[in-house]
Amino acid sequence: MRGNGPWKMAAGAAAIALLAAGCSSGSSNDDQTVPNTISIGIAEPESLVPTNTTESNGSQVLSSLFYPLVNFDEKSTPYLVAAESITHDKANKVWTIKLRPGFTFSNGEPVTSDNYINAWNYGAYGPNGQLASFYFSKIEGYAAMQAVDPDGTGPKKAEPPKATKLTGLKKINDTTFQVTLTSGFAGWESLMGYDCFYPLPKAAFASEGVLTKDFGEAPIGNGPFKMKGKWQHDSQIQVEKVADFKGTVPKVDGITWKIYQDQGAEYADLVAGNVDVQTKIPIESLASASGDLGDRLQKSPSSSFSFVGFPIYEKEFANRDVRRALSMAINREDMTDQIFLGSETPAKSFVSPVVEGYKPNTCGENCEYNPIKAKQLYTAAGGPKDIKISYNVDGGHKAWVDAMCNQIKGSLGINCTGVGEPKFADLLKKVEKKESVGLIRLGWVMDYPLMEDYLGPLYTTDGSSNYYGYSNPAFDDLVRQGDDAPTTAQAEKLWGQAETILAQDMPVIPLRFGQNVFGHSEKVTNVNMDLFQKVDIYKIELAE
Amino acid sequence: MFRFIVRRLLQMVLTFFGATFLVYALMFAAQSDPIQALVGERPITDSQRAALTERYHLNDSFLQQYWYYVKGLLTGDLGTSLTGRRISDMLADAWPVTLRLSLMAIIFAATIAIVAGVVSGIRRGSIFDNATLFVTLIVLAMPIVVLAPLAQLIFGIKLGWFPPTAGRDATLYQLLLPAAVLASLVVATELRVTRASVAENMRADYVRTARAKALTRSRVIGVHVLRNSLIPVVTLIGVDIGGLMSGAIVTEKVFNIPGVGFNLFRGIRTEDGPLVVGFVSFLVIVFLVVNLLVDLLYAVLDPRIRYE
Repeated sequence: MRGNGPWKMAAGAAAIALLAAGCSSGSSNDDQTVPNTISIGIAEPESLVPTNTTESNGSQVLSSLFYPLVNFDEKSTPYLVAAESITHDKANKVWTIKLRPGFTFSNGEPVTSDNYINAWNYGAYGPNGQLASFYFSKIEGYAAMQAVDPDGTGPKKAEPPKATKLTGLKKINDTTFQVTLTSGFAGWESLMGYDCFYPLPKAAFASEGVLTKDFGEAPIGNGPFKMKGKWQHDSQIQVEKVADFKGTVPKVDGITWKIYQDQGAEYADLVAGNVDVQTKIPIESLASASGDLGDRLQKSPSSSFSFVGFPIYEKEFANRDVRRALSMAINREDMTDQIFLGSETPAKSFVSPVVEGYKPNTCGENCEYNPIKAKQLYTAAGGPKDIKISYNVDGGHKAWVDAMCNQIKGSLGINCTGVGEPKFADLLKKVEKKESVGLIRLGWVMDYPLMEDYLGPLYTTDGSSNYYGYSNPAFDDLVRQGDDAPTTAQAEKLWGQAETILAQDMPVIPLRFGQNVFGHSEKVTNVNMDLFQKVDIYKIELAE
Repeated sequence: MFRFIVRRLLQMVLTFFGATFLVYALMFAAQSDPIQALVGERPITDSQRAALTERYHLNDSFLQQYWYYVKGLLTGDLGTSLTGRRISDMLADAWPVTLRLSLMAIIFAATIAIVAGVVSGIRRGSIFDNATLFVTLIVLAMPIVVLAPLAQLIFGIKLGWFPPTAGRDATLYQLLLPAAVLASLVVATELRVTRASVAENMRADYVRTARAKALTRSRVIGVHVLRNSLIPVVTLIGVDIGGLMSGAIVTEKVFNIPGVGFNLFRGIRTEDGPLVVGFVSFLVIVFLVVNLLVDLLYAVLDPRIRYE
């Protein structure tokens, strides 16, 4: 029986390995034992440092840990939360923020003006590389805090900028501070509802202007919940109620943010009752979702806006009638019903319905499906016989781009092909080099609920996402006038006028407005989602 | 024996650096704009771009970047992912659950493959043999992208026998279903190899001799045939262990297991060079060690094999 020894050893080793594997998993699922807690599914956040968080997962978690200066009602009008008052001068340039007294961070530190000023300075300082830093660009002194690389992408290193503080931030006293903007901006109050304007406690800083290394692993905030342990990457983030919270107190005692890598897996857990809320039902599950969930499948408006842009720098799209004809050749309703199964709605305006000042159907007949008129216009204008629609293949756009192409073929009798680029960045590079890409697949989600957040970045000449090179001085002027208007009502009027110019020029084809299609388990009720794709953590509660 | 191991270890060092260099070069070539990938479809300001480029040495030449990497590696530092997390932390998080999953899968697969393979090897042409042939054909033909969601739907949701997802701190019970799915990737080949090997050895002279000596049937098969038949199977299992640990991308995604495969996939998608290279370096080591163990195991199975 030579050789029996090693066999026994192998068997023993396998048994030990399995035993060890079994033992190490004893600590899981302790969230189930705490009463009155719920779980909400998210994807792995990119960061939990407020000024570095620009996506909805991190933003969702931060909303439980922090208490914002302002929040938004259903009409996306801001109302005061952590601020007692926010006032401004006539030119909308100098804003004075007074904080509600008595608030503390979850580690006991009182919340003062300094906490805001330090956090904002940190976010704005270029070398910190914070992803949300451009939100501070309207504040005086931002430009001086940015490093300029002397030779672009060359080998020379950028000198660190001299200024480390925003000159536009001034402390009046412990609960009051002043923000001076570079130019008037009526929507500044709304802007301050964004995540990067949260305060940071003294404990967050290792030294002046330097964040402690692990702050993002377990952020300390001024909100109704605090971290329970650390961020367990790719697994979960647990938060528990802060005792004696001074502001609005949520109805649940704790939230487990369960992290999913895949929406399909999350949906399986939702149906099985292992997660309480899924904020986005994957499109492949939509067909079965109403059967699986019944009235626990819900929809709410979201700010997302899908459109295709015309590369206006190309001659063949320079004629306005070509652009109008292509827009009329598309049946938007058909696309949202057949491909998106009603999870998105047809878009016939240039700003999303969720912002104040939105008017339906500003695009007018240019966005109505009218193949006959489209063909007449197109032939008269001498539009190209062959067009392309470029999109990034990693975003699930192929189905609708192909459908759109088929509609264009059918209506105009021309050839149309969808061209996939591996990533959005690849597509952008081609656009920047002004290569011939045809129509460009684009989308936009608002940063703050104002018409300006669509009109400015997407359509003004120097707009940050105006990749297609649309430029109309009259339009730019109206948007700027709106920014400077003394009241938001007046601003919206001017912005509305600007939008009518877009309807005439048709720099893009509006296609769809998004909706949040979300679902919840039988355990919870009162699930609401806001315009930023976040669950309202103050309203959600356990079902009786 | 000792000299053999030392020689193999020295070879491993060479292989390791060769492999990481290749992976690093490939990642470097595939990188178009990792910073844009990091921020998604949002525009990025020039000063942010400058700061991030500086932080991750994206401006430097390939050899310089590789040098930074090797320097870090030799001091035990796997570097930082573009998301700012330390890769050693990520590995420590991802590794245990993948290890458990792949061990369970390999135990499933090996048990089924060896038992069924021996039976059908002995009774060639029987109903059992034909039935396993048929079933393994189906399993071989079914891609895992179909099998995994299907198993989740049927056993996880409709029947409710198993939890539909597992997670990082999964219990053995939670891992059963994903492990079974993963095992189906390799069980068919292992079974076929066992069957062929057993069938061949059944005809060997030493088996006839053993029978002629009137040894019991169980001893002939259990000791004489099985032991000689296992050598190719063990080689295959060794390769499979390495493969399963690195390749469970689909299974880990469907069952929400944040393991090695998932991290690799994420790294490739977001052009996160350091993350991919860090994980691959580690996988290379696992592969090399497993293969060394397999080679040593040959001697246990066949005492004629000597290592010099």
